[in-house]
Amino acid sequence: MTTTADFDATLPWRRARSVALRPEPFGALVYHFGNRKLSFLKSKQLVAVVETLAEHPTALAAIAACGVPEGQHRTYVRALADLARSQMIERRPEAPE
Amino acid sequence: MTAVLPERPIGGRLIDQFEYGLDAPICLTWELTYACNLACVHCLSSSGRRDPRELSTAEAEAVIDELQRMQVFYVNVGGGEPTVRPDFWHLLDYAIGHDVGVKFSTNGVKLDKARAAQLARTDYVDVQISLDGATAEVNDAVRGTGSFATAIRALENLAEAGMKDFKVSVVVTRENAGQLDAFKELTDRYGAQLRITRLRPSGRGADVWDQLHPTQQQQRELYQWLLAHGEGVLTGDSFFHLSAFGEALPGLNLCGAGRVVCLIDPVGDVYACPFAIHENFLAGNVRSPGGFRRVWQSSELFADLRSPQTGGACTKCAHFDACRGGCMAAKFFTGLPLDGPDPECVQGYGETALAARDLEAAPPRSHLDHSHTGPVRGQPTLLGMPSIPAKPCDESPLAGADLG
Repeated sequence: MTTTADFDATLPWRRARSVALRPEPFGALVYHFGNRKLSFLKSKQLVAVVETLAEHPTALAAIAACGVPEGQHRTYVRALADLARSQMIERRPEAPE
Repeated sequence: MTAVLPERPIGGRLIDQFEYGLDAPICLTWELTYACNLACVHCLSSSGRRDPRELSTAEAEAVIDELQRMQVFYVNVGGGEPTVRPDFWHLLDYAIGHDVGVKFSTNGVKLDKARAAQLARTDYVDVQISLDGATAEVNDAVRGTGSFATAIRALENLAEAGMKDFKVSVVVTRENAGQLDAFKELTDRYGAQLRITRLRPSGRGADVWDQLHPTQQQQRELYQWLLAHGEGVLTGDSFFHLSAFGEALPGLNLCGAGRVVCLIDPVGDVYACPFAIHENFLAGNVRSPGGFRRVWQSSELFADLRSPQTGGACTKCAHFDACRGGCMAAKFFTGLPLDGPDPECVQGYGETALAARDLEAAPPRSHLDHSHTGPVRGQPTLLGMPSIPAKPCDESPLAGADLG
């Protein structure tokens, strides 16, 4: 499973520009300055994935590069889909910047 | 002897992580002044008169700088009445300019058309107008004569200015618990959102708690009402003790004191929560070396609060996972042990505990009281005092005349 209604993990993504991550012992607190929504990342590995999304051609590549075991990829895709739905991550334009 | 702190588990539920505290608060309340034009009978901070030691403008800016560095993304500003501080509007802009959003509570006294238009133009600010009755009669008995009209005028001004998402903030009492639908209608009429919170026996609230806290029957109705309205009504997660009725309410069902919330009071003292202004819950002061960050991250009190409760009567109860023993401040100011039931425990253990209290020992009181010392214009009538010093002829033109 690499796609949901709001999320296609084979495309390039990034942390939304109006979103800040605050490191916490369990992971991170995520805050969207635009819609004022608060969310939580429940593992440091997920924090690493979100922070490095922009460096990889696809979300799946970011997941793999962060050393997430193969068996957990689905869980991570689902977590990113949730973040896409609440606008914490956003599609990155594909054209080189 | 040094207590060995339990180690934080890895993974698991967020609520279990929150018990061990965060690097910075999620929800910080900052009371800017003890000064207030009103004298509400249940004021949780016993406000009225300004304290001469209140933080200066420069000191308040330094606190905002620190909050920005700690990535505290928004603060709940209150008082007292925060808008009576002459630098309130400056501090509001300063905070927003430093990525610290502001949600402020006001009785509406300064929200004229010009201020409402200014707020409507400002991103990243939220306004809550306090109202404790859906009718002037119920509201003014608690908040003072004329306070309903002031709040309604502020709501009208905000709506007219095109302000979005402002809130009407209600403390649920025995007198207004039957008005929840009326509050919802009133709020909808102005395009606002309803926020209801729990009455605590804190500050002057201790004096009226017996008289005003909702009955068991009202608590059950409130619980049903909250379940029916879901996330459409805000609660500040203050009714988590009701979760012991069965289904968990939306939000954080946990006492966040010193873990995810705290209070900075007008003189810079940091307390575990806004309802716990008492020496026992004082963690430090933002003026001391290391500032707010050191208080939040290193105070002994907060370290103590950041460990899960393991003992006490409540941990043996089947509903403990739902209500987590309820509100620390409500227990403390009614003279109940902190590891026992909440005074409003919906399983009835609170009433039993209240009845078993040693009546000789008075419940603890805050060391602070900034209440007005003389009569206030429009003084609340709940305590049976006249709202203004009455002249005989106010009652009847013939009063005092000997018609014998």
